[in-house]
Amino acid sequence: MTEFLQQLINGLAFGSILALIALGYTMVYGILRFINFAHGDVFMLGAFAGFYLAPKIATVVPLPSIGGGLVVLVAAMAICAALGVLIERFAYRPLRSRPKLTVLITAIGVSLFLEYAGQFVFGAAPKKFPQILPVYPIAHLGGLSLNSNQVVVLGVTLLLLLGLRFIVLKTKMGTAMRAVSFNPEAAALMGVNTDVIISFTFALGSALAAAAGILWAVNYPAIDPLMGILPGLKAFVAAVLGGIGNLPGAALGGVIIGVTETLVSGYISSTYRDAIAFAVLILILLIKPSGLLGKKEAEKV
Amino acid sequence: MKIWHGQFLAAAAAALWLAGCKPSSTPGAGGGDTIKVGEFASLTGSEATFGQSSHRGTLLAIDELNAAGGVLGKKIQLLTEDNQSQAGQSATVVRKLISSDGVVAMLGEVASSRSLEAAPICQQNKIPMISPSSTNPKVTQVGDYIFRVCFLDSFQGGKVLANFARNTLKANSVTVLKDVKSDYSVGLAKFFMEGYTGQGGKIVTEQNYSGGDKDFSAQLTAIKADHPDAILVPGYYTEVGLIALQARQLGLTLPLFGGDGWESSVLVSIGGAALEGDYFSTHFSPDDSSPEAQQFVKHYQAKYGETPDSMAALGYDSALILVDAIKRAGVADSAKIRDAIAATKNFHGITGTITIDENRNASKPAVIVTIKNGQIKYVETIAP
Repeated sequence: MTEFLQQLINGLAFGSILALIALGYTMVYGILRFINFAHGDVFMLGAFAGFYLAPKIATVVPLPSIGGGLVVLVAAMAICAALGVLIERFAYRPLRSRPKLTVLITAIGVSLFLEYAGQFVFGAAPKKFPQILPVYPIAHLGGLSLNSNQVVVLGVTLLLLLGLRFIVLKTKMGTAMRAVSFNPEAAALMGVNTDVIISFTFALGSALAAAAGILWAVNYPAIDPLMGILPGLKAFVAAVLGGIGNLPGAALGGVIIGVTETLVSGYISSTYRDAIAFAVLILILLIKPSGLLGKKEAEKV
Repeated sequence: MKIWHGQFLAAAAAALWLAGCKPSSTPGAGGGDTIKVGEFASLTGSEATFGQSSHRGTLLAIDELNAAGGVLGKKIQLLTEDNQSQAGQSATVVRKLISSDGVVAMLGEVASSRSLEAAPICQQNKIPMISPSSTNPKVTQVGDYIFRVCFLDSFQGGKVLANFARNTLKANSVTVLKDVKSDYSVGLAKFFMEGYTGQGGKIVTEQNYSGGDKDFSAQLTAIKADHPDAILVPGYYTEVGLIALQARQLGLTLPLFGGDGWESSVLVSIGGAALEGDYFSTHFSPDDSSPEAQQFVKHYQAKYGETPDSMAALGYDSALILVDAIKRAGVADSAKIRDAIAATKNFHGITGTITIDENRNASKPAVIVTIKNGQIKYVETIAP
């Protein structure tokens, strides 16, 4: 029983990081109806932003400390938000009136560009991510161990989710986002500046990816320029699983994928981990093609 | 996405080769006042740290031999080409070294996959090739011109690690946590399990991961419930560092041990204090007290300002063995050099006493090292 509980904790911590990345996929899809394949690489850039900023921040706020860790997190989120806006402005906006496939291929191009430019600039060898948060063992209950990093991951994810929910549901910007997602032309006719809303969406999604990158690096402190490929892919799966375009769905999908993978690795074999995770995806999509929380959309003819 | 990239490069390399193909002239027999030796290495790219170390060791050996008057009254000229750690590049640069530079022998590479790319070309052109540190058995099976100066994984797993676990660690049961994506890891685990159970040890379970994974908590939680005496992790340093960190966070205090894939400065920088008291087997330890080894460490530090690792020591030995063979052959002729390398017996290299066996592999000792206060410390030598 303790082993099972431990596996659940492991899976929740892993899944909540996937959830943060999945939110970015789902937001961009909700507004633009296209998959931003470079999103996993923004996650990688978030981790590297933290890697290069931490020594500079350490001269002002001592590291590892909770305050210092928070500064690193917020700074990396700000940098990636700006990067997300830049990527949208220069790679995707010029193609907005073109077929969706063109933008999709461009997204793959941007992804490869970031990965290999990353290898050129940062080097291909894995780097040790500095310790930015103090680690306390919180509990050792009869073989069950919980440390502060896992609690931080769960806590930060929950706070960011609540913050995102507030922005989308309670602010003017969020209302405009929902309007553009519902019908961009009608929203534009009502005076919503769609360009600004799309930039804002990219900023928000990229900031969440950066937060995921920092949390990931805190837990798994070896970072390299190709680290975004697999988590990016899994988060994409999580977004589809939860119902792409639906925010709570993305979070739920991330947690389901994380817990499934951990339980399969722990009890069956890690060799079948990805196969079983994808089988779960196929099963859910067979029963509910729009994803767990996705809404059925009538195809307009 | 990586796969597309690799295929593209391979195709591009093939196209370049076809375009630039010219009939390969018979390599010169070392005319003039120098003997040309080729070296292909991963000086840049993902395995650059290995390639650079190996190259520095090789270069140091050649410089020292030239300073001592060279061989057969001639200086040795080392021609080095970089394969950028990329598939397809080794074939291109080795063809260039043979056909346009006319080298009499070839040294390289660390990674088995790239040695396997160059070996058929050397074999076809009858140029002897010595790999300093490719441990995959297939490398020397390419043909009678291909040699190596490092030990094989069958020895490292079945003898060195198995004896160490049984006799030094005194572990009655071991869990294996291997990288199913890597031939090296799977092979080393298999040889270990055969050797260890043959000595009465018990394998509790086999757990797997895939190279590139970051989260190992599921496997480690399962291992914790099984209570083995030790965990064998026959993988590479990045994953090993993360595994050690996560094992300690989960409250696992038993020792981890593994093979030469652990050896990198990155290992301790990632794993840090979590690796204290863990062990791995490797080719060379700078703490080795033999005079040859100590002299090598001193010269290496003087030239490059850092302590040599195994790759550097093996690069050094590969050059020493080649030059020793050229001396015994008496002439810089590729076929005669091949015969002389094959006849190498009880050669005192810095990585131990090396004998080339009938399969052109090196029979030699291995060392066990441990991590203590963030430093890698010598524990014992295990003879073949």
